[in-house]
Amino acid sequence: MLTVSTGNNAVAAAVRQANPAVVAAYPITPQTEIVEQIANYVTNGSLKSKYIPVESEHSAMAACIGASITGVRTFTATSSHGLLYMHEMVNWAAGARLPIVMANVNRALGPGWNVWAEHTDALQTRDTGWLQVYVSTVQEAYDATLMAFRIAEDRRVYLPVMINLDGFALSHISQQLEESEVGDFIPPLVLDHAIQTDAPAGYGCMTSSADYFRIRYDIERSMRDSVQVIKETEEAFAQTFGRKYSWTEEYRCEDADVLILAMGTLGKEAEVAVDILRNEGVKAGSMRVRWIRPFPELNLGDRELVVIDRNYSFGFGGILATSIRAKTGKECYNVIAGLGGQEVTYHDIAGFVRDRRIGEEFWFGVDA
Amino acid sequence: MSGTSASEYIWKCTSACAGCSSSLILRHVLKAAGPDTVLVVPACCTSVLQGVWPNTSFNIPVYNVAFAAAAAVASGMAAAFESMGRTTNVIAYAGDGGTVDIGIQALSGALERGTNFLYICYDNEAYGNTGMQRSGSTPLGARTTTTPGGKTHVKKDLDRIIAAHHLPYMATACSAYPQDLVKKVQKALSIKGPKFMHILAPCPPGWRYDASQTIEVGKMAVKTGIWAMYEREYDSLTLSGPTKAAMIKPAPLEDYLKMQGRFSSISEDAIRVIRGEIERNLRLLKAEAEGTC
Repeated sequence: MLTVSTGNNAVAAAVRQANPAVVAAYPITPQTEIVEQIANYVTNGSLKSKYIPVESEHSAMAACIGASITGVRTFTATSSHGLLYMHEMVNWAAGARLPIVMANVNRALGPGWNVWAEHTDALQTRDTGWLQVYVSTVQEAYDATLMAFRIAEDRRVYLPVMINLDGFALSHISQQLEESEVGDFIPPLVLDHAIQTDAPAGYGCMTSSADYFRIRYDIERSMRDSVQVIKETEEAFAQTFGRKYSWTEEYRCEDADVLILAMGTLGKEAEVAVDILRNEGVKAGSMRVRWIRPFPELNLGDRELVVIDRNYSFGFGGILATSIRAKTGKECYNVIAGLGGQEVTYHDIAGFVRDRRIGEEFWFGVDA
Repeated sequence: MSGTSASEYIWKCTSACAGCSSSLILRHVLKAAGPDTVLVVPACCTSVLQGVWPNTSFNIPVYNVAFAAAAAVASGMAAAFESMGRTTNVIAYAGDGGTVDIGIQALSGALERGTNFLYICYDNEAYGNTGMQRSGSTPLGARTTTTPGGKTHVKKDLDRIIAAHHLPYMATACSAYPQDLVKKVQKALSIKGPKFMHILAPCPPGWRYDASQTIEVGKMAVKTGIWAMYEREYDSLTLSGPTKAAMIKPAPLEDYLKMQGRFSSISEDAIRVIRGEIERNLRLLKAEAEGTC
């Protein structure tokens, strides 16, 4: 069914298709529309979930944890300070190996008070054991949410998945959306370690150093295994629904001399910048990074790299650029742009490529 | 005890301290609840006496969670069981720190939302498993490792905060009166919706008395009226027998304070304040029980 939808409503529509038993959520700008829409679905009976209107994001994730350990499907959504407020339980969800799915509408962190897009919120949780995908269109927000349940609930993974969409720049814009009947694309959840009262066990109890260490290692092994599960899921999705995704979305990369790497909506804008640059005779390509955890193998060759980060790790650098340097050993021109919803046009992005100084860092609009 | 399960849900040889009354409380709670029960436990003494993985001293599933999260995790569990049509008891069992301090927001939210669960606060009046630091539940004048000169604030009135949520059932109890405790747990679990129990749990190392005195100290708390026992069903309050007796003929407060090393340096002023608190509390409870307030 073709409709016009915002990014937020696309996530809610996908959640309705996935039919979780429990949704626990707290509203926060710019995520609010997701939980409002889910509340509407539950009220009008088109979604059979138990909706728990919790008193905080810490409790939102805690309630999802409590529900998930009984073996049922769960969902929540948050943003920015909400994600930071639930950070403790974000760790707990991954450590407890629970396939919770969460949408995070990326937003800046105060102070100063700012509700617009930035990726620093989600990237502060990148070491928690959650899989993280960054989407760039309304359709992709819908599709990634559907795939997230199947990936998280695969017994080779049993780790939570976070779908990231840029605040306002994607959450509140309207685009065409094709909604699909999911059918058996998301199989019923079977959680091998679900609580059984006829087989009592202790969950999350004290562990020795050796056992704790092994549990951490198991998370990393599953994170590595999730690479294969993501690939399989994206292939199955393409076969079922005809829409294809992969680790990186590449645009005119085959013969490119310079690559633009970015996440989320800026990665999509970069495709227009590529066309502008190509018209000028610059052989540019765009490589939008979708998954930051697990981090993709990047086929960069010997091309020059312009990496745009809508985030920053103070005292160090843009987080995507840092990750690329660490993973590939290649230098780049690191542009810090779009923090707090700063407007970045495709003309600006083309300018970053024209003015690139490999090995340097540039704060767009601030740096002299 | 009659009317409870003959099965044991806490095995012998836990890592509880000698004379630990909270493990005694839990033994009775679980016997009253039976095997179709899941326990949610935040950071507290209970998460320690459960033992170290892969061993457990509990014969029911126990879900350990972060300090502030017990009531919210229980909310999620209760909703999930309801969605599956299961009637499993969800019991959150948390210490006073995890209830009156860091966990109170989640508890208040769960009560307000009508969560179908039983939340039990076992109150040893300090952060017990980390070596007795002050909590909001520590009484005035009690020495802890973070109030070495004696606490300068009165105990937080948790029960009236809980009562303000107008829940179907709440009760106070004491480890020294197990029959009363069991009856209250059974009654709580027979009611749908949010239930709360606040149970005094004397603690030998923290309160500094000999482990053999756990029951005597608990009884003396009730006899002096510093700990009152009652049930509240919505707005109807019923005083429990030992507290009715304490209202008629209270034991001297000094006898209770002298039993415990934590009160060794308490001032006369603090004793006066505590006495005033006891009188005020009992007066209010009596008026409520008689329907005259």
